Amino acid sequence: MAITRDEVLHVARLARLDLRDEEVEQLTRELDAILAAVGKVAELDLAGVPPTSHPLDVVNVWADDKPEPSLSLEDALANAPDADGPLFRVPPTA
Amino acid sequence: MQGGFAPPRGRLDQDSGALDQDSGLDGESGRPCDGQAKRATGPGVIDTLRLTAEQAMGLLERKEASPVELHRAYLDAVAERDSELHSYLRTVDEPEGDGIPIALKDVISTRGVETTAGSRILEGYVPVFDATVAARCKAEGLTLLGKTNTDEFAMGSSTENSAWGPSRNPWDPTRVPGGSGGGSAAAVSAGLAPWALGSDTGGSIKQPAALCGNVGLRPTYGSVSRYGVVAFASSLDQIGPVARNVRDCALLYSIIAGRDPRDATTVELPEPVQLPETDRLGGLRVGVPRQLESLDAIEPGVRAAFEGALERARELGAEVGECDLPLSFEYGMPCYYLVAPAEASSNLARYDGVRYGRRVEGATYREMVERTRDAGFGPEPKRRIMLGTYALSAGYYDAFYGQAQRVRTLLIREHREVLDRFDLIATPTSPTVAFPIGDKAADPLAMYACDLLTIPSCLAGLPGLNVPCGLADGLPVGLQLIGRQFGENTLFRAGHALEQALGFDPVPTRYRE
Repeated sequence: MAITRDEVLHVARLARLDLRDEEVEQLTRELDAILAAVGKVAELDLAGVPPTSHPLDVVNVWADDKPEPSLSLEDALANAPDADGPLFRVPPTA
Repeated sequence: MQGGFAPPRGRLDQDSGALDQDSGLDGESGRPCDGQAKRATGPGVIDTLRLTAEQAMGLLERKEASPVELHRAYLDAVAERDSELHSYLRTVDEPEGDGIPIALKDVISTRGVETTAGSRILEGYVPVFDATVAARCKAEGLTLLGKTNTDEFAMGSSTENSAWGPSRNPWDPTRVPGGSGGGSAAAVSAGLAPWALGSDTGGSIKQPAALCGNVGLRPTYGSVSRYGVVAFASSLDQIGPVARNVRDCALLYSIIAGRDPRDATTVELPEPVQLPETDRLGGLRVGVPRQLESLDAIEPGVRAAFEGALERARELGAEVGECDLPLSFEYGMPCYYLVAPAEASSNLARYDGVRYGRRVEGATYREMVERTRDAGFGPEPKRRIMLGTYALSAGYYDAFYGQAQRVRTLLIREHREVLDRFDLIATPTSPTVAFPIGDKAADPLAMYACDLLTIPSCLAGLPGLNVPCGLADGLPVGLQLIGRQFGENTLFRAGHALEQALGFDPVPTRYRE
């Protein structure tokens, strides 16, 4: 098994996904198959090969430290599911 | 000041040949592949099935049509053909510019126009800003026709993962148009837009272009701004043109490409875009990977059309030889399906129901976020988020994501070596022609395999152009040309010459009289 049900539940918690039971079942099966396929990368001995995070050779792209207008409050709240004055309202974190 | 057309700023080589604006309703363009032999009936009838973007600009330039009439002609075509194809998620009635229309994939933020990325989690989301590519189109006077359908968050190869239902292939509506940009490809192919923008992460522009018989460019990474484009995998995503021919594709690329201060991963183009004119390929060195021979996944009809295109290339003077990309074919897919989901898991973390998009209530903040995400994401984003989160989690990071990043380095080197000896790499774009809707939907790995041929060059950050090269069982086959970084002009030159020689009629057979 490339991945167990417990691991799936753990990853779901990390990913902030409240999976239903059927989803956990199905995802365990699917991820198991996919991980077995992508795990192929482990076959290669890549000691000494540097990792690539970005395919283009750019370094330190600077911007001028000049303040510019940003989003208006109205724009920022335009798509808010629940706004309270200038704030986004959410349930308590406790 | 010219009619509907303002020359693109800064990135088009103005000496590269005048735009062919003389070909219009009754003109001759000398391009057999436009299907101009069958012209629209009657004066003043705009034949959107056959009009290229250049020709549309000519209509406006010569005042043979107004921007409003042109826009209306496309909306009429949508009314006629799109209930079957479902290529658009929404259309815009009133044109806002004085130029020709364009369709934008629904991952591109359009101010004031709903943008969902094909997902329920963004249902009702109306951006308060334009993506840079949308703004650049607007600045050229292009008018927004509408937002096209896409696999959810651009994840997929068939557009079946759209929360709003699949789009259908104009050549055969029982089949997929490809994905994730199936909407844009279907719209252009069915004459519902003269051109469109799509996004490509692992082939999402090129593969639908292949399946729908149009021209699609995945640009060099860093040549087009991703600002305002719903992010899937930030080291792979690129926005690119979908068009009826190579010249239109090059023109649209010149409009959107170039450094954007809002996207630090973009750079200025090292040379201006040149609209292709020549019909010869003298001296062009084309490499065909040896590994294609033993790939059973490639259908015989696709292989035959591909070989035919190579034969044409030779006739036009190209030197076609063999090259080697062993790691790319064997490890490209596993590498991509680690890198892309990992980056996606990070990019999709922002969809939490707090500031925008759909929200499902909960007693606590955490509950709200978890329920919102579970309700809002479809199965494919969930799969990839889970896969990516796992690959990045403590204890697994190095074995999976870290390893994939090193594999990526090897793939880049492998491509660079080949492109030292050759100017272009040629492969079929898709191993198969358009497959029936539902065929691969239940098997994620089978769906992923659709991208086998497009993925490796995406990982390498290289540009790729799809040029339709024939039919197999009545369905389009696409030729993929891969170039060096910032080698788009070579791609356009080669693509245009081949296009002329191949004479592919981009009008789907079932729409021809």
